[in-house]
Amino acid sequence: MSWQPSASTSVLQQRAEIINQIRQFFLKRGILEVETPLLAKTGVTDPNIHCITAEFELLGTSQIETCYLQTSPEYAMKRLLAAGSGSIFQICKAFRNGEIGRKHNPEFTMLEWYRIGFSYQDLMQEVDELLQLLFNTGKADRLSYQQSFINYLGIDPLTASLEILAQVAKLQGIIIKAELTKDDWLNLLFSSLIEPKLGQEKPIFIYNYPASQAALAAINQEDPRVAERFEAFYKGVELANGWHELADAKDQRERFQTDLIIRNQKGFKAVPIDENLLAALQSGLPDCSGVAMGLDRLFMLLFTKPTIQEVISFDYSRV
Amino acid sequence: MATYSTNEFKGGLKIMLDGDPYSVVSNEYVKPGKGQAFNRVKVRNLKNGRVIERTFKSGDTVEGADVSELEVQYLYNDGFTWYFMCPNSFEQYSVHETAVEEAKKWLKEQDVCALTLWNSEPLSIEPPTFVNLKITETDPGLKGDTSGGGGKPATLETGAVVRVPLFVQIGEVIKVDTRTGEYVSRVKE
Repeated sequence: MSWQPSASTSVLQQRAEIINQIRQFFLKRGILEVETPLLAKTGVTDPNIHCITAEFELLGTSQIETCYLQTSPEYAMKRLLAAGSGSIFQICKAFRNGEIGRKHNPEFTMLEWYRIGFSYQDLMQEVDELLQLLFNTGKADRLSYQQSFINYLGIDPLTASLEILAQVAKLQGIIIKAELTKDDWLNLLFSSLIEPKLGQEKPIFIYNYPASQAALAAINQEDPRVAERFEAFYKGVELANGWHELADAKDQRERFQTDLIIRNQKGFKAVPIDENLLAALQSGLPDCSGVAMGLDRLFMLLFTKPTIQEVISFDYSRV
Repeated sequence: MATYSTNEFKGGLKIMLDGDPYSVVSNEYVKPGKGQAFNRVKVRNLKNGRVIERTFKSGDTVEGADVSELEVQYLYNDGFTWYFMCPNSFEQYSVHETAVEEAKKWLKEQDVCALTLWNSEPLSIEPPTFVNLKITETDPGLKGDTSGGGGKPATLETGAVVRVPLFVQIGEVIKVDTRTGEYVSRVKE
């Protein structure tokens, strides 16, 4: 136990300066800063992301409602977009159950923004401008998800069989004895063998993720095997995840339902589907792209700290 | 035996993998924002000391290994079996040659060692970090050379061979670091 902060005062001062700089970046572009609830009555259905739950109790009654600390402000921000907010940004806390490690803290700071009328390529450009401003680096590289596997592992992730993926892992010294789905294998290979090598000199965007990993991204019209989703990496660290937003309420409902089936197969609890989000999509989401950036990871890289704990005032072990 | 989740793995935890006891060296949590979480774990095989890397789906569980450590005094050996005794309980342990392979060249009667037991059976012996041993054989060095530069091999009473400074002579007792096998200093008897 330690009462003292896990970050130094100088790191906290630098954090405050950078957050101010980020805010100016968006205000100069005329983007509205918003705040949305962190405590909500629905959570996320993504089978690999878990909410921390909280109980709301109406005092003096036996009524208890299960609430979910938000894993990202995405659903509420999309409801604002559908209600006519125009482009918006938010700097807030996000919570993820069970995520703890050198690059993970269960409560972390997220920057999320949405741009109306932007394609995911346009948004990558804007993320790049922000990263260039903060890191003083040149224009970021861009590489498709498919090409990254071809370059680093010599296989095509869109066509490779489960057996090929397992074999490549084995050849690269990854020993694992667990049942994995194709997406699990792709995630394992990507995060163990590709990600650590990405963006050594300057940030890089990986784009066009497999449609099976679309999350809330629109599917590419020309190549339906991929989703219009991108991630940004710098010095081997995942910094941001963005996409061209899926606007079709029916498709979105199907994805939520598929998620719930996978959650069930993996033995995780079901989560209520956010009907408010679906109703907002139904009423019409303007064509837009959105991105979320982990600010603590950004600070790790900016201040060259090897662990996320060193850039957070009090990490989970001290709360 | 208890089972442990990969998220409980930390340095020193003893677990069973493929029928062998292992000690966890390090554990890295790897998780893409969207996607399955994994633990990349380095473990040391307690039978042969080899360190390997294993990947687990985060949250998978493995069985713990019944491994304990005990301070024991080295008594003697008959060439096949090494005999030790716990100075508190006076219980004796006979350890097969293979389990003392690394340690035996440093062992002198009465030395206190760490004995690792797996399912109550001796698994390995760790010698004291520093041992004092007599030199039984070495080339006569140059008298008056105290610089220590260069050095020469010296055979110790237990059979171990270490590099010593030129001024160290047969019959002298030296202190050796058993982790590196390096000479530390001369010891006045």
